[in-house]
Amino acid sequence: MLRLDKLVKRYRTGDLALKGIDLDIPDGQVMALIGPSGAGKSTLIRCVNRLVEPTSGQVRLNDVELTTLGQGQLRKARRRMGMIFQEYALVERLTVMENVLSGRLGYVGFWRSYFRKYPQSDIDEAFRLLERVGLDHMCDKRADELSGGQRQRVGICRALIQDPELLLVDEPTASLDPKTSRQIMRLVCELCAERKLSAIINIHDVLLAQMFAQRIVGLQHGEIVYDGPPDGLTPEVLTQIYGEEDWEATIEKVEDEDELADSDDEPVDGSADPQGPELDRDRLAGLT
Amino acid sequence: MTTTALSRTWKKPPFIKSPLVRWTLWLLAGIYVALAFGTMDVDWGRVAEGVPRGQKFLASFFPPDFTGRWAEILDGLNESIWMTITSTVIGIAISIPVGLGAARNLAPKPVYLACRGILAVSRSFQEVIIAIFMVKLFGFGPFAGFLTLSIATVGFYGKLLAEDIEDMDPGQAEAVKATGAGWFQWLNYSVQPQVLPRMIGLGLYRLDINFRESAVVGIVGGGGIGATLNTAFDRYEFDSAAAILLIIIAIVMVVEYTSGYVRKWVQ
Repeated sequence: MLRLDKLVKRYRTGDLALKGIDLDIPDGQVMALIGPSGAGKSTLIRCVNRLVEPTSGQVRLNDVELTTLGQGQLRKARRRMGMIFQEYALVERLTVMENVLSGRLGYVGFWRSYFRKYPQSDIDEAFRLLERVGLDHMCDKRADELSGGQRQRVGICRALIQDPELLLVDEPTASLDPKTSRQIMRLVCELCAERKLSAIINIHDVLLAQMFAQRIVGLQHGEIVYDGPPDGLTPEVLTQIYGEEDWEATIEKVEDEDELADSDDEPVDGSADPQGPELDRDRLAGLT
Repeated sequence: MTTTALSRTWKKPPFIKSPLVRWTLWLLAGIYVALAFGTMDVDWGRVAEGVPRGQKFLASFFPPDFTGRWAEILDGLNESIWMTITSTVIGIAISIPVGLGAARNLAPKPVYLACRGILAVSRSFQEVIIAIFMVKLFGFGPFAGFLTLSIATVGFYGKLLAEDIEDMDPGQAEAVKATGAGWFQWLNYSVQPQVLPRMIGLGLYRLDINFRESAVVGIVGGGGIGATLNTAFDRYEFDSAAAILLIIIAIVMVVEYTSGYVRKWVQ
């Protein structure tokens, strides 16, 4: 559904951030993009919705070539790509509800959005989504009153209310604690499964990437150096992506921490399955 | 830490590295200040004469006379307040598009340069100079004062608005853009919430400045309470002048306190 063809980005400073990326993401696939800082992960996903203009190459979303669209068409295309950000990027002085509804800006006219008179169907959907992430009772709070995990969940709602086909997720867990990080990743992956969305998730945390993604792409200096299943990440591969380091511990930890998280999340019946569809509302609302 | 390690000394590195340049600059600055004081010619005889005259002058301010010229004072105040409010409203209304154009992260280069130019011109002259010019163009009276204060407001408010927009968090703006929002929607949802509280505060601050300036502008012919004050001085009615000054101080203080309160409330 998303196809990148020889995508190149050269910044005005002369830095070559992407060196001809070819990538094909089928429907419903959750792909994690890993790599060291400065490898071009952020640039790559921003080239897809053209928050960063690619220098050359093609980006096709369901056979629509995005790189040549005019402003109006680009706006229409952006509606189909929801984006989730590292520092949540909520508009802090707007309420939770306004932030969620801002995901509909591409669909409603200026005056409707100015007077906050959204169609009832949008408001229903906003409440449905907020309920789904356990925040419907917070709808009139200002975004800057929320905790990090709560903010990221509002960010997720904002992306999903766009009714996207693709999620672009930029370091969703970088400013969250380890437990909230897992909850957020789990939520994103569950929602992708529910709605049959594809997703590109930029992530620093190799463990989280392995736990939640179906496919891992490793980026280094603007080039893809690994593309394969999560369990293909051997120490050799990680060395290739990140450089020399003792990777044994990182890889072994996956199983250890998994068990640890289970016992820690659900101490009573211990039935929690990190990838399971059942959601505990309190846990999601950040109350535990 | 081992005790055998030699302790290393540390000093804050000086702002200017070369000691020769540093001390020469100090020396030059010292010579300049000495020369400047040397050229200032103080006639102590005149200072001695002036002090008692000043005392007499001040004494004639008391007691302030509010009643003698009350009708004129009220007229002047009315004009001043009218001038202040209209010029603040119009000035801010004009400075919003100019300020948006003068923000580098919003406007393309030619628009940016044009808007910065407008701001620079309207800021380059002090209110009194613009007022003299406006009085020559449109004659005595509050209309000249209104124009003067409007122009000054555009320069002040537009520049601060542009700078506030340039300082906004680009992440929030980027996120709203990524939803497919149009340009005006993007302004309304990402720029406006970030700059509005400060802009309300600055609007009130400008209202306060415009009231004070309306008194100055009146002295050169721009109408308002300044004209009344000037007339009082011309007629040697210092007690009425004192009343006017006290009223100006009172109004400025009221505006000051309310604007402080409102600013805290909008944050």
